[in-house]
Amino acid sequence: MSTTNPKGAAFKIDHSYHYPEKKNILLTNIRQRPLLYFMAIPIIVYYVVFHYIPMLGIAIGFQNYLPAKGFLNSQWVGLDQFTRFFHSMNFERLVRNTFLISFYDLLFGFPVPVLFALLLNEVKNTKFKKVTQTITYMPHFISLVVICGLIYTFTKSNSPLAQLVAAFTGNKAENLLSNAKYFRTIYVVSGIWQGFGWGSIIYFAALSGVDPTLYEASFLDGAGRFQQTIHVTLPSIAPTIIIMLILRIGSLMSVGHEKIILLYSPITYKTSDVIASYVYRSGLREMNFSYGTAVGLFNSVINLVLVLGANWISRRVTETSLW
Amino acid sequence: MVGKKSIHEIIFDLFNYLLMILLMFVTVYPLLYVVFASFSDPKVLMGTEGFIWKPLGNPTTRGYKLTFQNPNILIGYRNTIFYVVVGVVLSLFLTSIGAYLVSRRNFKLKGFLMLMITITLFFGGGMIPMFMVIKQLKIYNTVWAVLLPGAISSWNLIVMRTFFQGIPVGLEEAALIDGANDWQIFSKVIIPLSKPVLAVMVLYYGVGIWNSWFGPMIYLRNRELFPLQLFLREILMQSAPASGQKLTLSDMQTDSYYKELLQYTTMVVSTVPILCVYPFLQKYFVKGVMIGSIKG
Repeated sequence: MSTTNPKGAAFKIDHSYHYPEKKNILLTNIRQRPLLYFMAIPIIVYYVVFHYIPMLGIAIGFQNYLPAKGFLNSQWVGLDQFTRFFHSMNFERLVRNTFLISFYDLLFGFPVPVLFALLLNEVKNTKFKKVTQTITYMPHFISLVVICGLIYTFTKSNSPLAQLVAAFTGNKAENLLSNAKYFRTIYVVSGIWQGFGWGSIIYFAALSGVDPTLYEASFLDGAGRFQQTIHVTLPSIAPTIIIMLILRIGSLMSVGHEKIILLYSPITYKTSDVIASYVYRSGLREMNFSYGTAVGLFNSVINLVLVLGANWISRRVTETSLW
Repeated sequence: MVGKKSIHEIIFDLFNYLLMILLMFVTVYPLLYVVFASFSDPKVLMGTEGFIWKPLGNPTTRGYKLTFQNPNILIGYRNTIFYVVVGVVLSLFLTSIGAYLVSRRNFKLKGFLMLMITITLFFGGGMIPMFMVIKQLKIYNTVWAVLLPGAISSWNLIVMRTFFQGIPVGLEEAALIDGANDWQIFSKVIIPLSKPVLAVMVLYYGVGIWNSWFGPMIYLRNRELFPLQLFLREILMQSAPASGQKLTLSDMQTDSYYKELLQYTTMVVSTVPILCVYPFLQKYFVKGVMIGSIKG
């Protein structure tokens, strides 16, 4: 466009010359490497069918979709489903629970792997270190269903945890999972239990990249181990920490539905029901397809904005970003 | 001063080691608890409060016998093994082809494909449109509904692409000069050089499929197709009779003592395979995180 003559009409661009040449590059490429294009077919089909058609399917969030009428004949209702959600008595509760659970998860869950990596890094006995790593990574591989089974077991009224809580609060031991007061704590603490070891791997990788001469230099300057940690180790792994933190902030409004659905019950909806689990319950289980899609879209859009925002900040602060 | 410092260090090291031991204990104890409980006398177990340190009462393997007689556990195991084997092969095939394509320099659709893949990392249709696509494709309540939707994980594809990009271009060029076509370059040059990343992918996809329950739950109705995790969920969370539906042990079913015991044995039976192979495979998983973090 910018190559056109500013005087306009005096100079005509010969599109017939440029167009075939461009086409030829693709054609030549296809002729040279036909199999590349052939191999691309299943990949494109997969992404279209299982990602892009569902994205188009979001359109039913703007309809009053009835399975009997089908997509084409269902009534279009604009933003009615969204308004219905914003005015529903669940809206505030869902947004609050989604935000609080992921906020607590960030606040308490984020520092633990960092601290763990720093402390284990101070252990000089390699064998002990290896064993500690193997054991603490382990819960990451236990299936979520079994993890939640463990949570059920450990929060029953005669379980060790419930007994501890009872001893602490002086109340009678109760089933912790059916007390709405404890749901978020259980969710976050069990997440930390399962994930802190695995989450620390990335920091171990960063720690192994710290320049050893920095330690020698600081040692000669008379720094103790604590000072070395503060002045050498932490600044060295700070970029990794910041990137991980920003990524986590990017997912501040996305609490996965799977663990919630396994753990919650109507008694604890007050603190446990999040947007994703509500989409499942109201959309799929109660078959309000349009409504559920609209609620899901609301959540996806917030998440997208958060990820984009976090990436933007990341690019400015650390000169590192996802794209 | 030097002596004082080392005393500080000794104290710190002592606490540090103790803390690590405590963390290991906290990690392992819940699992040990379940193992102890699974061998315990159910009546004694139910009346016990707090921590346990060994199987209670007369140790019994009754729970395990009942668990292995439970048809659901067997069906679930059979299906899960099928889903893991077929799913891993399918995923590996598609993911490596995709990664091969987007790591070619001289491929005109590369940018388009990469954009198509990257977008899905950040945005998707969501649960309900996906469900309706499955319905429309007529694969609802078939094994394909479990195998196909997650066949390619875009994250894994990008990890693999990073690895493929590290393979010297000269190899591809040499093969092209020798008259090799892209399928031959892919299968005879790239794949044989990519065993480390393939191992990582086998594990990631394998564990992912082994653990998945939500997709199967919403896409399957036929219990004959259920993976293990769905039966586990029934036994652990929905108070289904843990000894299966049509078992002759109707007297046991009514016995809530046994129900609890069977929850423990089921957890052990379903988790032991993964935990047994895990220590040997750990380095591959860790490698996967490392490869992935390069392009994080």
